[in-house]
Amino acid sequence: MLDFEPFYLTLKLALTTTLVLFIICTPIAYWLAFSRSRFKVLIEAFVGLPLVLPPSVLGFYLLLAFSPENSFGKFLEMHFDIRLVFTFPGLVIASVIYSLPFMIQPIQSGFRMVPDALIETAYTLGKSKLTTLIKVLIPNIKTALLTGCILSFAHTIGEFGVVLMVGGNIPKETRMISVAIYDEVEAMNYHQANVYSSILLVFSFLVLVSVYLVNHGTRKTQYA
Amino acid sequence: MINLNISKKLSGANGELNLQFNTKILPREFVTIYGPSGAGKTSVIRMLAGLLEPDGGHIEVDDNIWFDKEKKINVKPQLRNIGIIFQEYSLFPNMTVRGNLEFALEKNQSKKIVNELLRLTELEQLHDKKPGLLSGGQKQRVALARALIRKPKLLLLDEPLSALDTEMQVKLQDYILQVHQQFNLTTILVSHDLNEVIKMSKRVLVLEEGQIKKDGLPLDVLPLNHLKSFLIR
Repeated sequence: MLDFEPFYLTLKLALTTTLVLFIICTPIAYWLAFSRSRFKVLIEAFVGLPLVLPPSVLGFYLLLAFSPENSFGKFLEMHFDIRLVFTFPGLVIASVIYSLPFMIQPIQSGFRMVPDALIETAYTLGKSKLTTLIKVLIPNIKTALLTGCILSFAHTIGEFGVVLMVGGNIPKETRMISVAIYDEVEAMNYHQANVYSSILLVFSFLVLVSVYLVNHGTRKTQYA
Repeated sequence: MINLNISKKLSGANGELNLQFNTKILPREFVTIYGPSGAGKTSVIRMLAGLLEPDGGHIEVDDNIWFDKEKKINVKPQLRNIGIIFQEYSLFPNMTVRGNLEFALEKNQSKKIVNELLRLTELEQLHDKKPGLLSGGQKQRVALARALIRKPKLLLLDEPLSALDTEMQVKLQDYILQVHQQFNLTTILVSHDLNEVIKMSKRVLVLEEGQIKKDGLPLDVLPLNHLKSFLIR
């Protein structure tokens, strides 16, 4: 009998991660797109790190940070009674960090595509930066927002290294689909591994198709 | 009364340019800044609107100081209450024609003005259309109506008609002249179209290499010698 728990957990993690990312990345992307701060390069590089680092490196350091043996983990446990290592909330935080660039970069380039004149017009009409962001910028970069969400969602689904390091392999708690596949192969249950894998393959393909559909469909957005 | 005395170092295609703009503009005047491209015309408009910070000097409008380098005053564009129209229309593509106008409303401002301006610019039929469906002339009429929602005293026009065909230009020039009168505006137009300058303004500032080289009636200061002798004859 096929155990759907890892699928359910993975979807839950991906949805939570995407939601959290969407909320925190919009302001960061806005800042990165329009700031002239000298430190921008540093933040940009930091945000982009998960693109180049092996997930195991990221997972390893997050594991160290979250561990109650170390100061940050101990602090959380003592003051807030929170443990992040081998727990679902810990996985969410790790996934958010791991998928950060997949949300930030599309939104950032979306913001940059909006003509300056549009933003300046809003300012000369007396609108604050916040009003301009909410009423002018965000509605005009819907494609970028959607792309960011789909990519982050898909990227979280495909996590392995970070998930394994930070979450471990606790059934119904942190056992994600990629870890389950690895487990089944280890146990020589090739049929089971194959079922999981093929579902993931079809799913990932469909996600990419939807990204391209969204992009082609709205590329014609015209700034008048 | 606008009292302008600003300087700005600009770098462009032709190297560096020291822009010095020093003039007074009377209420309800229609002034054109005329000059070759790269002379700094747009920068003057942008500095007046608060979109570009001058390096030095001051801007005073009706006894309000908008910019003063020494006193470190630089009023934000949001608080200057100007109407500005760019060449590229700058309509918000996510909003309808009416939506573009309503966006400009101030808090608690009556929506009556929206209908008034839609009627004045003959856009009533198009009020629920998105900008993407409009022609260039229609778009610029929306931009004009939108710029007037907050009833500004000062209207800045940065080559607003140069992307339109001649027929449309003539029609929009009439609209602009009409609202200039009707709304008691002080209007500053940037243009390099001689016909337009002569038709629209009583006073022209000729800007060359960042300096006001001439200031006076269009026929006196514009390079029209041939045309002028022809007209006199």
